[in-house]
Amino acid sequence: MQWEPVIGLEVHVQLATKSKIFSGASPAFGGAPNAQACPVDLGLPGVLPVLNAEAVRMAVMFGLAINATIYPYSIFDRKNYFYPDLPKGYQISQFDHPIVGPGTLTIQMENGDTHIIRITRAHLEEDAGKSLHTAYAGMTGIDLNRTGTPLLEVVSEPDLRSPAQAVAYFKQLHALVRYLKICDGNLAEGSMRCDANVSVRPLGATELGERSEIKNINSFRFVEKAIQFEIERQIDILESGGKVKRDTRLYDSERNETRSMRSKELSDDYRYFPDPDLLPVRLTLEFIAAVKASLPELPQARKARFTTELKLSDYDAAWLTNDPAVADYFEAVLATAHDAKLTANWIMGDASAALHRDDLEWTDCPVPATELGQLIARINDNTISSKLAKTVFEALWTKEGTVDEIIDARGLRQLSDSGALRGIIEKIMMDNPDQVAQYRAGKDRVLGFFVGQVMKATQGKANPGQVNELLLDSLKREKGSEE
Amino acid sequence: MADIDIKHLCRLAQLALNETEHQAVRADLERIIAMVDQMQAMDTEDVEPLAHPLEADQRLRPDEITEVVDRDRYQRGAPATRDGLYLVPRVVE
Repeated sequence: MQWEPVIGLEVHVQLATKSKIFSGASPAFGGAPNAQACPVDLGLPGVLPVLNAEAVRMAVMFGLAINATIYPYSIFDRKNYFYPDLPKGYQISQFDHPIVGPGTLTIQMENGDTHIIRITRAHLEEDAGKSLHTAYAGMTGIDLNRTGTPLLEVVSEPDLRSPAQAVAYFKQLHALVRYLKICDGNLAEGSMRCDANVSVRPLGATELGERSEIKNINSFRFVEKAIQFEIERQIDILESGGKVKRDTRLYDSERNETRSMRSKELSDDYRYFPDPDLLPVRLTLEFIAAVKASLPELPQARKARFTTELKLSDYDAAWLTNDPAVADYFEAVLATAHDAKLTANWIMGDASAALHRDDLEWTDCPVPATELGQLIARINDNTISSKLAKTVFEALWTKEGTVDEIIDARGLRQLSDSGALRGIIEKIMMDNPDQVAQYRAGKDRVLGFFVGQVMKATQGKANPGQVNELLLDSLKREKGSEE
Repeated sequence: MADIDIKHLCRLAQLALNETEHQAVRADLERIIAMVDQMQAMDTEDVEPLAHPLEADQRLRPDEITEVVDRDRYQRGAPATRDGLYLVPRVVE
């Protein structure tokens, strides 16, 4: 039988606010244990949560970016469960009145196919703390620094049909939240975490199969692998005549398998009720309009502009627009370089490789965009060869000076004086009569030998196109004159 | 009258009650549910659901760090701490 996977994702986006969602403590990653857990985060008696305006603005911005309904009236509820890293015994979340209603996100697959994925809702909530199970014999250590970090939980409809689509969706969300500057997008630090609801059904069926939920997947690769594993596990059960049991599972990346979380078996009864500590949130239409007016150009619009206006390929445009920092750098370089394709090549090639080598972010690129632009312009006006441009780039990287200073200081200016080049060529031909004879006897590839010799004699500064032209001319002309 | 699963409620509330206490809690809950049933009987067709008894909206706080965390002081009340962590009996996952 042919099986169709049906996948929905719940993505927790950690909002990049300065302070927590309900307290004035810092949500910064990596602090000393509990050094960022204030009395509100600890759930001490007598404290009151007060909602962070910036978290609300970011949620609204996200909603507007996915063309969602923004609810001018939303409510915070208590989601009740006991776990040591949840000190209050409940998580403040939103249940039946979320801030963001239905919207859509368009994903594009590698083969160019696009799919519109419906988003059911997005709601604000607080994160829990962290439990450290390994370090203390017989005890669990609790770090509550993460407690109260603002999260936007983005829930999709079960519209995804393959692990690849799920990854494309997760990546598109990742790009979007970074464009909106509402999340730092750092997956390794857990800034975006994903739960996947997975079921399979016979191809063509309209009813959904029983699903399982895979918790806490935090990389693009693991989203694909965890879902793939789960699909295969469910198909195996169904094909051997069994039934898929509804459960909550954890993905183990070391063994590449999902395992049932027994603790969740009986506890799926959260008894939500409106949090009496928080009043309903009311948004004015003016506020929503102001947030809308502040929306930046979004990744898909930017990509479309790169393919239509700059004539870049789909691949190049996708590569350059995925991360707004890359796209910003690209556009800044292009402003001086005036050559989109060559700029794209430099950014996707040498610049990207050098950043990777030195483990740097685009925003920390040591080569200012104007200098890389100038370098590309100098290639295009034949001041330097493409080959020596790489030398200049490395010198820019180590801050040796401006492009023109480096070219002059290192004497890299391209030789394009044809008289001088002809002299060099004639000398090389005189010094290598055997190779001249070979070429004239029809061995065309000896030309490469001459190009090499000219480059060597000019320390790579000759313009390769011009060298080729002059060489062919000299070799043929003299051949002709002898006849 | 709804059938009350006391054991389930105790597990959700993390309460360890003995058989006698079960009986007492059951009697209390039955009275509470009877009161809720009485309220349910009201016609609320045209009444807007109320999320909060106060006729007010949530005030928003500017996004600023205002808390100075005095970890040592906060941890003085905890039964066990080490390396800045709160220690609790092992949680199995």
